Amino acid sequence: MTSAESTIEKVNKNLARRYRAEQRFRLYGILSVLFGLSCLVVLFTDIIGKGYKGFVSTEIYLTVDLSSDDLGISDPEVENAFMQADFEGAIKRALYARLDVTDRRAKRALNALISSGASYALRDQVKRQPELLDSSHGFWLLADDDVDTWYKSVDSKSPFTGRLSDEQLTWLQTLDFSGELRTALNTTFFTSGDSREPEMAGIMGAALGSFFTVLVTLLLSFPIGVAAAVYLEEYAPKNRWTDLIEVNINNLAAVPSIIFGLLGLAIFINFFEMPRSIPLVGGLVLTLMTLPTIIISSRAAIKAVPPSIREAALGLGASKMQMVMHHVLPLAMPGMLTGAIIGMAQALGETAPLLMIGMVAFVVDLPGGVMDAATALPVQIFLWADSPERAFVEKTSAAIMVLLGFLFLMNALAVWLRRRLERRW
Amino acid sequence: MLQSQSIGGASSLASLPFYYGMLTALWCALPALVVLGVWQLFDANLIEWFVIAKLSADAQALPADELGLLLNTVSNIAQGHLSSDGQPAELLAAAESLTAIQTTNRLAATGVVLSLGILGLMFGWSKVAPQLRARQKVETVFSWFLLACSCLAILTTVGIVLSVLFESLQFFRSVSPFEFLFGTQWSPQMAMRADQVGSSGAFGSVPLFAGTMLISLIAMVVAVPVGLMAAIYLAEYAHRQVRAVVKPLLEILAGIPTVVYGFFAALTVAPVIRDLGLSFGLATSSESALAAGLVMGVMIIPFVSSLADDVISAVPQSLRDGSLALGATQSETIKQVVLPAALPGVVGGVLLAASRAIGETMIVVMAAGLAAKLTANPLESVTTVTVQIVTLLVGDQEFDSPKTLAAFALGLMLFVTTLALNFVALHVVKKYREQYD
Repeated sequence: MTSAESTIEKVNKNLARRYRAEQRFRLYGILSVLFGLSCLVVLFTDIIGKGYKGFVSTEIYLTVDLSSDDLGISDPEVENAFMQADFEGAIKRALYARLDVTDRRAKRALNALISSGASYALRDQVKRQPELLDSSHGFWLLADDDVDTWYKSVDSKSPFTGRLSDEQLTWLQTLDFSGELRTALNTTFFTSGDSREPEMAGIMGAALGSFFTVLVTLLLSFPIGVAAAVYLEEYAPKNRWTDLIEVNINNLAAVPSIIFGLLGLAIFINFFEMPRSIPLVGGLVLTLMTLPTIIISSRAAIKAVPPSIREAALGLGASKMQMVMHHVLPLAMPGMLTGAIIGMAQALGETAPLLMIGMVAFVVDLPGGVMDAATALPVQIFLWADSPERAFVEKTSAAIMVLLGFLFLMNALAVWLRRRLERRW
Repeated sequence: MLQSQSIGGASSLASLPFYYGMLTALWCALPALVVLGVWQLFDANLIEWFVIAKLSADAQALPADELGLLLNTVSNIAQGHLSSDGQPAELLAAAESLTAIQTTNRLAATGVVLSLGILGLMFGWSKVAPQLRARQKVETVFSWFLLACSCLAILTTVGIVLSVLFESLQFFRSVSPFEFLFGTQWSPQMAMRADQVGSSGAFGSVPLFAGTMLISLIAMVVAVPVGLMAAIYLAEYAHRQVRAVVKPLLEILAGIPTVVYGFFAALTVAPVIRDLGLSFGLATSSESALAAGLVMGVMIIPFVSSLADDVISAVPQSLRDGSLALGATQSETIKQVVLPAALPGVVGGVLLAASRAIGETMIVVMAAGLAAKLTANPLESVTTVTVQIVTLLVGDQEFDSPKTLAAFALGLMLFVTTLALNFVALHVVKKYREQYD
């Protein structure tokens, strides 16, 4: 009797401490989850906060005199007339006239406010509307990246630490006061390739490069991955060779991606002497990298098809190949597609192997096919993040937002496919 | 079909008509494709050989690299990239013959492949007969194709091992493996001139591995407790609806491209850590190992948590029930019953996460330093194996300098390390799974 009482006393004595331990343990769990989630939130707010301004660019309103004599256009019908025309000079004269500058040094400082790309945009616009020639018109012209950084910092009240002189700032304040500065949607960002000038740099080239790379990856890795999965699930005899293949696939799935880059460099570029920087080689390397993922998910999808379906097909006289082609594969297809999309999302975000095979080149032209030199979106992000110009920070963040947007769409598609098409048996 | 009708309809064929067509198509396409592939592999060498034969004996006696330069000039003239004015007559003649050979080569390739296709087609066509077991033959071909696809995984591994090993052996011919493995100096710049200062070229990989270990260790210190506790909370405590929302959210962290983490580490986390360190009066590098390690840890959290979640969920409910019935609190059950039972799986998951951290490239390339230093201070800048591979190989490089080859030797070490970790991890996980399934 006394010993039983002492046991319950012991338990009761410790109970409060044990409950506190329980609470603490639970709290650690909640804190861990919250830590993970807050990292996610901080990451996204940081990127979005830095990048949302990258989608707009600052423009300066100027009345440009487009007299054909000054431009050097004798006959607008001649093919190269606009190519050699001096639109840059016209813009400069308009700038000097607007701000009454005559001093040579001041002129140079003033020229730095307008992007070097503005004259090309103006040229293209006049080429499209030749009736603008020989008269004065107002145009919104792209400002230099320093102006862009300054103008965007005016609203946000964060201190401006750019490379503008006091004189330049005074001019800009004059323009701003009279409403001749504005921010507009940055179409250059979505339509052009890379550039040394931040305000002229766009992600279209990199996006196309990524598209071609992922296309090659998809076209190669999906059929090969599915075929390998079918072999391993339906055909492979249980022997050491099959075991070896299985162990291999599982190990390859965890090999660092940079090793695949080394493989691509040694095999495709050094041995087969393929050109560097092309999406075809990038696609080949990423194919080898994503194959294990696709094989593993395809095997899971094939495994999920119940054996009764196979037995029914075989029982009705189908051959093994017919059973696989007509019954197992169509039923497993949603699962395999989901796996393939997730594999492609992985390939789209991959950077390191592409660095190895030289897809870090500075490419201004938009690539037109798998054999053109190109970069990829993540590589472009890496290149911009390394650039010293401050204005590239917001471009980088904006490019990251675009990349994350694509990844989000692909994953959403995968989830939708799974919800929509997958059957539970 | 005509033949089948003469003997009594499609039902008396050995296979469905589709398979006869398929077999004929295979006969048409396969031999032609194989020949085309082999042709493509060898024609460049053959053409080069022909052009060299056209050059004078002097040119043929040149060393390999100068001959290559000469051939390059020839092909540039032939393609019109280089103006033919002022070039030696010999080269012009060679360029002309190169153009001629290339045209012949293209025509010959097209001719051979087409005629092979037609021959194959005719052969396949002639074999078509009601008794022919076409389906079996087609299926044999397809099953070989399936086998070949599954062997690609092995080929990839062999390719990795061979390519990395081959270049590494070349590297070890100029640098002793002993110096590479145990040397504590890393400065891969090779001297351009003999008297150049500070470019001796030292290839001791110890500082690189120390840096890799330091950053990975910081990452694991963040990821393992957080990931494990998050997995425990989600698997044992959280309401089903909470779990359904939080788990995918956490897994977003694993889906974010590493280059994004690198940008975040370099531009946001590193300055914060530097300012914090300076405000405490500590000398902090702006490329501190801590910044890269912390961000890498955040990236790895979902790997640890989802693997741990899987093994914790696999622990049979009866174990928990038994422990709870004896009066243990939930946390005591988890700590003393569930975790020990799940331990092998958790260890496997942690090892996999460690191998992921060691092989991670973009975060460290963007946020860690380049100078190889032997230090255990997380506030200093260190460099890692992957950073060095990238810096050695990005840009143009030739394949015979020790600098380039050193990258492959580092790659070999990295591959062996991660492979060993993965192998142990997969083995541990597999062995554990067999106990409860």
